[in-house]
Amino acid sequence: MTSILSLSAEISLTVIIIVLLLADLILKEPNHKKLQGLACILMLIQLIVNIQPADAEAFGGMFRTTPMISVVKTILTAGTLIVFLQAGEWLKREDTRFKAGEFYILTLSTLLGMFFMISAGNFLLFYIGLELASIPLACLVALDKYRHHSAEAGAKYILNAMFSSAIMLYGLSMLYGTSGSMYFDDIASVITGTPLQVLAMVFFFAGLGFKLSLVPFHMWTPDTYQGAPTTVAAYLSVISKGAAAFALMSILIKVFAPMTAEWELLLCVIIVVTITVANLIAIRQSDLKRFMAYSSISQAGYIMLAVLAGTTQGMASLVYYVIIYIVANLAVFGVINLIEQHTDGKVERDDYNGLYKTNPKLSLIMTLALFSLAGIPPFAGFFSKFFVFAAAFNSGFYLVVFLALINTIISLYYYLLIVKAMYINPNDNPIGYFKSGTLSRIGLGICLAGVVALGIISCVYQFLNDTAIL
Amino acid sequence: MDYTILILGLPVLSFLILGIFGMFMKHRTAGIIGTASLAAVTFLSYLTAYNYFTTPRTADGTYATLVPYNFEWLPFTQSLHIDMGILLDPISVMMLIVISTVSLMVHIYSFGYMKGETGFQRYYAFLSLFSFSMLGLVVATNIFQMYVFWELVGVSSYLLIGFYYTKAEAIAASKKAFIVTRFADLGFLIGILIYGYYMGTFTFTPGEERMMQYSMMIPWALGLMFVGGAGKSAMFPLHIWLPDAMEGPTPVSALIHAATMVVAGVYLVARMFPLFSAYAPDVLHWVAYIGAFTAFYAASVACVQSDIKRVLAFSTISQIGFMMVALGVCTGMNPHEGGLGYMASMFHLFTHAMFKALLFLGAGCIIHAVHSNEMSTMGGLRKYMPITHWTFLIACLAISGIPPFSGFFSKDEILAACFKFSPVIGTIMTIIAAMTAFYMFRLYYCIFWGKENKELHEKHVPHESPITMTFPLMFLAFLTCVAGFIPFGHFVSSNGESYSIEINMSVAITSIVVALVSIALATWMYAREKQSFAEMLAKRFNKLHTAAYHRFYIDEVWLFITKKIIFRCISTPLAWFDRHIIDGFMNLLAWSSNESGESIRTIQNGKIQTYTFCFLAGAIILTVMLLLL
Repeated sequence: MTSILSLSAEISLTVIIIVLLLADLILKEPNHKKLQGLACILMLIQLIVNIQPADAEAFGGMFRTTPMISVVKTILTAGTLIVFLQAGEWLKREDTRFKAGEFYILTLSTLLGMFFMISAGNFLLFYIGLELASIPLACLVALDKYRHHSAEAGAKYILNAMFSSAIMLYGLSMLYGTSGSMYFDDIASVITGTPLQVLAMVFFFAGLGFKLSLVPFHMWTPDTYQGAPTTVAAYLSVISKGAAAFALMSILIKVFAPMTAEWELLLCVIIVVTITVANLIAIRQSDLKRFMAYSSISQAGYIMLAVLAGTTQGMASLVYYVIIYIVANLAVFGVINLIEQHTDGKVERDDYNGLYKTNPKLSLIMTLALFSLAGIPPFAGFFSKFFVFAAAFNSGFYLVVFLALINTIISLYYYLLIVKAMYINPNDNPIGYFKSGTLSRIGLGICLAGVVALGIISCVYQFLNDTAIL
Repeated sequence: MDYTILILGLPVLSFLILGIFGMFMKHRTAGIIGTASLAAVTFLSYLTAYNYFTTPRTADGTYATLVPYNFEWLPFTQSLHIDMGILLDPISVMMLIVISTVSLMVHIYSFGYMKGETGFQRYYAFLSLFSFSMLGLVVATNIFQMYVFWELVGVSSYLLIGFYYTKAEAIAASKKAFIVTRFADLGFLIGILIYGYYMGTFTFTPGEERMMQYSMMIPWALGLMFVGGAGKSAMFPLHIWLPDAMEGPTPVSALIHAATMVVAGVYLVARMFPLFSAYAPDVLHWVAYIGAFTAFYAASVACVQSDIKRVLAFSTISQIGFMMVALGVCTGMNPHEGGLGYMASMFHLFTHAMFKALLFLGAGCIIHAVHSNEMSTMGGLRKYMPITHWTFLIACLAISGIPPFSGFFSKDEILAACFKFSPVIGTIMTIIAAMTAFYMFRLYYCIFWGKENKELHEKHVPHESPITMTFPLMFLAFLTCVAGFIPFGHFVSSNGESYSIEINMSVAITSIVVALVSIALATWMYAREKQSFAEMLAKRFNKLHTAAYHRFYIDEVWLFITKKIIFRCISTPLAWFDRHIIDGFMNLLAWSSNESGESIRTIQNGKIQTYTFCFLAGAIILTVMLLLL
């Protein structure tokens, strides 16, 4: 099938953006509640309409979609839906409610960019997708511009994004110069691994490394996460990362196949450095949003293990990891967000002391999600870590897997610090009880179900393993 | 046979309903839900059996093995995967009948027995969980599924033994049962892993090629699996948990610790029987020796216990020993030449389940009436509790091997198989059979005849139990009377072909005679008001009597091994090593991580210039590294 219909996911997403834009104009203020409901329903429709995996190409190979790509798009859509469910608590605030429409529209624009990014068969389209996914994010980060450090975070983000885009574009131009094409398939058959092409590959890698916040391209992450509205930070940490990881893996395998030895070495170094540095710094963080930034850096390192494997098993384990990372991380951010909104901005770890007594359910969700992030069985995170380790191990990267395993022990420590704060640390004056909105609770419920059940239901991984192609 | 899924589905459903919503229910509702689901399961089991055994046999004269459900749960390799499913063959269908019948009777009985207890709903929830696990165990399509349900059975047994969780003895007993069987299950698990590794599959029928190639490993795998079976089936010296497990409610003892769970080990050996017989005959014979010793040991202990449930517990151990012996003396697959024991063992399992459940439920009625387990509080109860008395007598006759009760037929087959294998084993087992008759009638006379504890009985007059409790007794007594006439060999035999049971006259007459003599002896010693001869014997052999009363100090031996040897010589040094060396290393690691974290953190200074510098420098360094290496 080579028709315009192969872009169905993108088309329907565009329609959703337009509908929301119009609704934002037409609905009377305050419209944040209606917009949230509308956005959630539309995303649900998007999810259902595009659930059928497609295998197609359009525009002469510039755009393509495979069953795996469709699955990834579905996952990203579902993740965005959860983010939307949780956004209400923040957007209903006096000073943000008039921006609600902008939030949904900008977020969906970045999602559209990611769709193009992962579906691209040509570096030009890929780059456009990447930019579409980056620039609106800067506005999102700065959405709370009179509060906290939101504006600063936005500025830092956009400057860094520009810088990384420039580097990447430079790399892509070198690639074009040496191969004479922008199509993935053509480049793969021409490049041989000359020094210039190696430089191009590293620059390209740096561009995506920025999105994934791999060390040393990660410096913007803590500042941005801390300053950004929590919902946006959640979105940044899961959706944007998941898309970038998938794109990176398919391009490294497809386009840079002649340079496999080089990028494997590159990844080995990056993984070890990323996980170790992120873990070491995370131990010292007391601000939970900043802490989660480092946590997400180290999680990205684990995801890279799947890329390193370079096999279909790696591909399956990557997507599996992303799914579980999405639910676990969104659960943690969801709880952080709720507490921040209901207590006027408490995000320090010490604020959580004794939370268990007043808000047992939230504490439980947070605990299970943190267990999952740390990879404690039987929660889903254990299985996802297991599969990426197994994939990298099967491809022969024993040392890297070993170092990553040691790092999971360190990560266990800092994740448990939060659990300890909630359950053990004494506090005479804990955060009071509050009742969160229905949609937030639905969102957290989905995450909780995912954290508990996704690992045990073996057919999920099985399905991915059957669908994965390189 | 699609409905077989309900046999597993209904109990689990009722467990979930009772477990989650039980506390909002009335006792009555909870009991009815549990009993109704079990009644449905029983009906379906009977239906399954009917359909299964009326289907014509296959060409080679056996019943086809059916697998109505098989779901691949965890795949490892092409052939090695863990499945969950339902397998129907003669022994699993027979077990379905045994489990569902006894479980249903226990469900009904518990209505009366547990009336007014706090945690009534919890009790029924656990019963459902147990029924589910046990049924899942017997219909397992592969050894790993069996293991999963095996552990579930262990958990539900643990929960039920510890049902009275405010009672210290019950807690200790539940822990003991769990730990001892878990310890044995370690052997089972290792056996399964060896089996899976060398056979390349978890199913019960590995490929011929693999078996030939690794025939050296099969005895190891099977031997280790038997260790697990010995734990669950309370074989010496792993039997120590079963007498203590009597702390649980009596219906639970009837269900779990007499009729179903404790025969899981026998079932396991029977399930692996083709492999045992073909590749590990020596291991199989060891099963017989262990079984024979256990049977003898338990019978001798049972002769002197004073707690009626303990007597029954040791009697159970002894009877399971019989079943193990019967399996162990098999030397081939043909029931006419050395394979008789297989059928005999399964037959005895079947009949024993009925009359032992009856004995336990009868004991429950007695305990219910006099509020004590001690024989000294009983005596002369026959006039107060006629139904209990008659049904108990029937069960005693059956277990002693008196025709026409069911125990006679199955025990006769076991003895015949033993004599075929070796006259020594045959003689020993006959002696044990005589001891069985003796201690059972000792129990019977001490409860229903003998000296009445008038003082106690005047204060609180013993009375017959309500119909919910006597109905199961009568039903099981009926089964005990007729079960012996079932042409059992026609359904279950070692090679699957139809086998007609023949009574071996010389064996039968010998065993009847010794049983009658033992009963007569017991009558002479215990039926009267004064038991002077028994007291005289106890005094005369004081040391032996005390030792037997204390179960020959096996529990103390275990305590010595664990507390004095393992804890002191292994655990304490290991604990020191862990606390000082391992923890010390971890503390060092933590300290250095902390320090290095602090030092790296300074790079993160919030300035974009630094950030982009790191970005670019990193990219360039990486490029250089790639180009140089």
